[in-house]
Amino acid sequence: METGTTEADIISTVEFNHTGELLATGDKGGRVVIFQREQESKNQVHRRGEYNVYSTFQSHEPEFDYLKSLEIEEKINKIRWLPQQNAAYFLLSTNDKTVKLWKVSERDKRPEGYNLKDEEGRLRDPATITTLRVPVLRPMDLMVEATPRRVFANAHTYHINSISVNSDYETYMSADDLRINLWNFEITNQSFNIVDIKPANMEELTEVITAAEFHPHHCNTFVYSSSKGTIRLCDMRASALCDRHTKFFEEPEDPSNRSFFSEIISSISDVKFSHSGRYIMTRDYLTVKVWDLNMENRPIETYQVHDYLRSKLCSLYENDCIFDKFECVWNGSDSVIMTGSYNNFFRMFDRNTKRDVTLEASRENSKPRAILKPRKVCVGGKRRKDEISVDSLDFSKKILHTAWHPSENIIAVAATNNLYIFQDKVN
Amino acid sequence: MEDKVTSPEKAEEAKLKARYPHLGQKPGGSDFLRKRLQKGQKYFDSGDYNMAKAKMKNKQLPTAAPDKTDVTGDHIPTPQDLPQRKPSLVASKLAG
Repeated sequence: METGTTEADIISTVEFNHTGELLATGDKGGRVVIFQREQESKNQVHRRGEYNVYSTFQSHEPEFDYLKSLEIEEKINKIRWLPQQNAAYFLLSTNDKTVKLWKVSERDKRPEGYNLKDEEGRLRDPATITTLRVPVLRPMDLMVEATPRRVFANAHTYHINSISVNSDYETYMSADDLRINLWNFEITNQSFNIVDIKPANMEELTEVITAAEFHPHHCNTFVYSSSKGTIRLCDMRASALCDRHTKFFEEPEDPSNRSFFSEIISSISDVKFSHSGRYIMTRDYLTVKVWDLNMENRPIETYQVHDYLRSKLCSLYENDCIFDKFECVWNGSDSVIMTGSYNNFFRMFDRNTKRDVTLEASRENSKPRAILKPRKVCVGGKRRKDEISVDSLDFSKKILHTAWHPSENIIAVAATNNLYIFQDKVN
Repeated sequence: MEDKVTSPEKAEEAKLKARYPHLGQKPGGSDFLRKRLQKGQKYFDSGDYNMAKAKMKNKQLPTAAPDKTDVTGDHIPTPQDLPQRKPSLVASKLAG
């Protein structure tokens, strides 16, 4: 890590809200920073709305688990926005153990002219009050406040990896390594356990839950992925405890190809429904796969993110990089998918044209407003001028978290402690 | 004659087994999973934890200046007077 990089600044999650007007980031220090898109003015047609800081607050603090003598990190694992229902914005943020519902609201008026208090808030001597006045609301500088409205605690023994807001806007789920719980936004002291894969004997543990998400339209349906590369789709109407899946997605493996690394690299680090709800996308260590909900026996599309790493698995295992959890995202129309890689590279795959591109998020290699140049990693001996050889890749510069605006071609890419926002070229 | 072309993955596996001969003898799955479930730094007790945190805080960046608009001391504050939330001691770099 470069000198001067505070660990607390490492971005751990990025998420646009449903309109794309707001972009939230969470970091290792438990803080949330929200950016807001500038309103496009008539004077500056060429300048697309840029994102500026709107609000920042401390969401989670480090805690100590007295029972296990373990520290509970304040790192924000996930942020999910609620759809906007009034003037305020609501989001869920979670660390390993506790989910919080935050309300972010604006205040641009302040009451002035109290009778019993002076302007500094000091109580006035009632004997000096001879007249009565009506307090009025006067404009003030815009203040954005974040308040914690609900704290959903003490429901997870293991570490929360996912939260997902249901399409009914009344419930949401939180998933840890072995269990998934269903919550109602209004109730913090109870949650329903809907998936429990903890074996009676922990020695028999063979897989853990790695990610979970609700279907975008069907409030009874959700999926969860496992460390063994499988995805289960569950229907909450079938039973209260969804241990038995409705659908089971797994790609058959050629047993002759099996190696020590097979299971580790097949572990799914992220699962995302398409906006249409017809497909799911999964990310494992080397590939991104698209599955049709109607076909369980294999994915319909497989994209190689960085297959050249297959010949580096030994060292990637030794430096723990093989356990890195990359996320993946769909664009608004489900035609392009994006995921991160190493060396601050990120990849985009166009599902229709089958073309892909590798881009880099770094200050040295791009100036603001410059067009990103595609990058290429060279595998063989002969390296062209612009290419980077596999051995020169910086594995400490990993892009794990990215986000795509819900309707426009604007992407947010988190490169360790820096946030990059890229937009489509104007003309 | 058998075809000796090995996949890159198998070649890497051989490399790993050469370095760590005892690896994978127990079911690999449970080892990784157990380590994953146990994530987090273990301390001897809460006292040990608090000492470690205090040591880290001294090394941290300078503390924020005391808030001059604090309404305390002169009178009993009402809920409206108190600041909404304690601001982070160190604001995120993204917000600066």
